[in-house]
Amino acid sequence: MSAAIEGRNLKRYYPVKDRGIFAKSSILKALDGASFSLESGKTLAIVGESGCGKSTLARLATMIEKPTEGNIFISGIDPHANNGAEISRLRQDIQMIFQDPYGSLNPRKKIGTIIEEPIVINRKMPAAERRNLAESMLSKVGLRPEHYDRYPHMFSGGQRQRIAIARALVLKPKILIADEPVSALDISIQAQVLNILMDLQEEMNLALVFISHDLSVVRRIADQIMVMYLGKVVEQGDAKMIFDNPSHPYTQALLGATPAVDPKLRRERVKLTGELPSPLNPPTGCAFHTRCRFVQDKCSTTAPKLEMQFERQVACHFAEIAMKN
Amino acid sequence: MSLLEIRNLCVDFETVSGSFRAVDGVDLDIRETDILSIVGESGSGKSVSMLAVMGLLPWTAKITADKMEFEGHNLLTISNKARRNIIGRDIAMIFQEPMSSLNPCFTVGFQIAETLKQHLHLDRKARRKRTIELLDLVGIPAPEERIRAFPHQLSGGMCQRIMIAMAIACYPKLLIADEPTTALDVTIQAQIIDLLVNLQNETGMALVLITHDMGVVAETAKRVIVMYAGQQVEQQEVEGLFNSPRHPYTNALLNALPERSLDLDRLPTIEGVVPGAGDRPDGCLFSPRCKFVQDDCRANIPPLKSTGVNALRCFHPVDPGNLGI
Repeated sequence: MSAAIEGRNLKRYYPVKDRGIFAKSSILKALDGASFSLESGKTLAIVGESGCGKSTLARLATMIEKPTEGNIFISGIDPHANNGAEISRLRQDIQMIFQDPYGSLNPRKKIGTIIEEPIVINRKMPAAERRNLAESMLSKVGLRPEHYDRYPHMFSGGQRQRIAIARALVLKPKILIADEPVSALDISIQAQVLNILMDLQEEMNLALVFISHDLSVVRRIADQIMVMYLGKVVEQGDAKMIFDNPSHPYTQALLGATPAVDPKLRRERVKLTGELPSPLNPPTGCAFHTRCRFVQDKCSTTAPKLEMQFERQVACHFAEIAMKN
Repeated sequence: MSLLEIRNLCVDFETVSGSFRAVDGVDLDIRETDILSIVGESGSGKSVSMLAVMGLLPWTAKITADKMEFEGHNLLTISNKARRNIIGRDIAMIFQEPMSSLNPCFTVGFQIAETLKQHLHLDRKARRKRTIELLDLVGIPAPEERIRAFPHQLSGGMCQRIMIAMAIACYPKLLIADEPTTALDVTIQAQIIDLLVNLQNETGMALVLITHDMGVVAETAKRVIVMYAGQQVEQQEVEGLFNSPRHPYTNALLNALPERSLDLDRLPTIEGVVPGAGDRPDGCLFSPRCKFVQDDCRANIPPLKSTGVNALRCFHPVDPGNLGI
């Protein structure tokens, strides 16, 4: 079976102009070589700090932007190798949920209109049928059909995120990209929304790309995981294996930084010193070497390749040493 | 002796649709060298109650309390002039959004020195010396140069360090941190939390940490107050709270954490939403969402009963043997 969505060596560079008329423009490598393949019904989680290229990857996957290099395949078809009609046909198969439910719903439209909009644009369907479909979507995400005529401001954050999910799934897409869908929500609401996402994924056999910085949520939902740092993938593979036994020093630090919800487990963390370097001027060699515990001379000169080690892809010269500690 | 003593604090906001009680009967004792954490979801009144202590609420807020004293000063009747001598010096506060809490028009050095001038009346030279010392203390590299930096030249984590430097500039006795790490990445969050706890250890100030992140609570607090819809529902030592939560809300909140239910198919949720201004139930505010609800919960408001450091607002506390997952 071919993958629902596949990325091969995806890169996206942005030119950034310095101030002044004669200033040269430099290149920001927002995403520098990411490959993945995701089957229907599975979840790929993309984790990393802000500025690591998570959202850029989402923009490429949804065809909002074209990759500078590399290819994206939706159900085996490369949209950018085809004409515009093909792209708009493929766009129906891939939908997105955004982080901030207060910013992603038009305040001047009724909930019904918001949910029906994808149908109006992409399908030919009589109004009554559209309304039925929208109402059934509302009940699927745990809202009531009478919410159809209300406006977004009448709903709480969690309810709005449900509306966003209903809008994304109304066209029965094959792939859903969720960009930090629960990070703006409270814990009790977060659990509700995650349950809805997991239920609907199972029901509709969705391939879910879940972008998050919250590792406790990722651990719960992901089958595969991709850890990114400054536009590069540093570790990629089976989620359970990576959580139980992270092999890249950055993954270890990221897991160590997440506080444990048990006061008995207060421990000496694997601390990351310093901050994320500027992506405009990334460090030479391994991008992580400025903050790494196991740094050696080789790291500052040669960039490690993403290689199969310990049954997963790791980009580190000394993954073996990191694994033992 | 208590540093800050609050009895029955209520805050009402005048709104177009009538008055809304945001904080409802909060009792608080903060002793020297205490680390107290106030947790609750958005709208639970945790920030508002602390802003009331600081006197930072807008004029639409009506603050009433039986007692609100800081070191013998009655904060309810204190004149604005006298209050300004206390806040910023003896009580300091750190806010959630470091980027928007700093003034973009002035250098960070100037903004820190302003506090020193106002409260400690230091001369220019001494201010500069102390500012550099403070920047060094909060872990900012090259403080002599950073003193001239504007907020936009620093990252979010750095700005939060500046905010902390400003807060501890006058050796406060009480530091209130309102969601200090919510806007930051996990790795930076770990650094900031460590910094706050270390500073607390060194200076012996009392620390109040307002947060919604249970992980942060588990890692830092000694004592925890749980708030729901403006009321204090439970208070316990941190270990007791995580091991045997007594209030059904605390229990449900802990169960909803993704980390705590890895072996379950679905995340346990709390059905419904926090009651707003218009739909407050008659009895216990949590009764519409409570799993253990009984008739008396719907009819009467349970009082806050305290035994030693523990306090509980519930007629039918959770039996530690039956957490109802």
